[in-house]
Amino acid sequence: MSTTLGLYNYWIVIFLMMVGFYVVIAHGNLIKKVVGLNIFQTSVFILYITMGKVDGGAAPILDDAVTAYSNPLPHVLILTAIVVGVATTALALALIVRIKEAYGTVEEEEIHSQDESL
Amino acid sequence: MLAVTALSVVFLRDLFTTVMLFGIYSLLSAGFFVTMDAVDVALTEASVGAGVTTMLMLGTLALTGRKEKAHRKPTSMLPLAVVTVTGLVLIYGTLDMPFLGDPDAPVHQHVAPRYIEQSYEEIGMPNIVTSVLASYRGFDTLGEVVVIFTAGLGVLTLLGLSGDSPHRARPVAMGHHLVLRVIARALIPLILLYALYIQFHGDYGPGGGFQAGVIFGAAIILYTLLFGLTKAERVITPVFLRYMMAAGVLIYGGTGVLSLLLGGEFLNYNVLAHDPLHGQHYGIIAVEFGVGVTVTAVIISIFFNFTGRGSQPQEEKQ
Repeated sequence: MSTTLGLYNYWIVIFLMMVGFYVVIAHGNLIKKVVGLNIFQTSVFILYITMGKVDGGAAPILDDAVTAYSNPLPHVLILTAIVVGVATTALALALIVRIKEAYGTVEEEEIHSQDESL
Repeated sequence: MLAVTALSVVFLRDLFTTVMLFGIYSLLSAGFFVTMDAVDVALTEASVGAGVTTMLMLGTLALTGRKEKAHRKPTSMLPLAVVTVTGLVLIYGTLDMPFLGDPDAPVHQHVAPRYIEQSYEEIGMPNIVTSVLASYRGFDTLGEVVVIFTAGLGVLTLLGLSGDSPHRARPVAMGHHLVLRVIARALIPLILLYALYIQFHGDYGPGGGFQAGVIFGAAIILYTLLFGLTKAERVITPVFLRYMMAAGVLIYGGTGVLSLLLGGEFLNYNVLAHDPLHGQHYGIIAVEFGVGVTVTAVIISIFFNFTGRGSQPQEEKQ
């Protein structure tokens, strides 16, 4: 297998990760930032899951007819990470709602300028 | 395809579309997880990413407005440059990585073979993911449940405890759509049933407490959307939810303490019954149940709090 074919999964992960990173640092809107953070997070999930893949392997549910399984350990880690991810996202969104109530905006720059004018 | 969706998220200024696209993105990645043999993960991602996260983000948008402000200063190239450089460095790093699907990759050499070969004898469950989640790595999972519980507490603190102020205006339900109402009446029991199936069938097929909790929560959220927060809170009161959040963690921890009292280590289920296999089975069911209860309660109470916030302007229209 050539290098390009064997490693393209990592490159997609990196691409997604960088897209998420770009959204986080380049956008001023807080909700957009949370979406970017979530994209970043998903790229990490994909990284783990692709690492667990074995050629010709089946889903890790034991069956007599199957000889090769994919690695169950990354699945476990990511499974819990997803649910923890939604909980922390909810917390971030709750903070945004409070910021909106306090400042009347969710744009980072406007929040800064309001802080300075105090 | 994932990459294209992610890119469009960057360029769209309308936050509503962004959030919807993000839901699609999650669903796509769930499909991708299935092709990567990670069925448990796919199930979670589909219910969490495409369902609950999208719902919460929409709830936030309703409170904060859907338009992103046009770009302020002339867009600097700095972020783009930083991102490109980091990306290139990371790609350089991958050149040493094992190829996709290579069975000889270092990840597959340690720990995992043991789980695959011996978990059936030690735990007695076909679904390795469940065995690892609830038994081998029980400590991890306990920690994660506590994190979820804490996040739930955080949202409660930030957005106020809904239900404490009954005079607060309530959002209007969509109950006047007859078709929606009839279909939802038929669907909600099925969703609840499916959640229970996922909860208790997690030992044999994909599923478990996390997924079941999210699906159960989604059913209640659907009910709330259609019949209004007031009615939903009459069915499941916020106080009850708060107790349930704690109860789930306690069930999990309690199982651990019980195994301590019976002479094993913390979360060693072997001692829970007359022989280790049954003990493991009981232990895992109890622990998964605890997980399910906490996740359900946290998701529903987070949603209640978000909708409880956004109520005033809608009520004024009436």
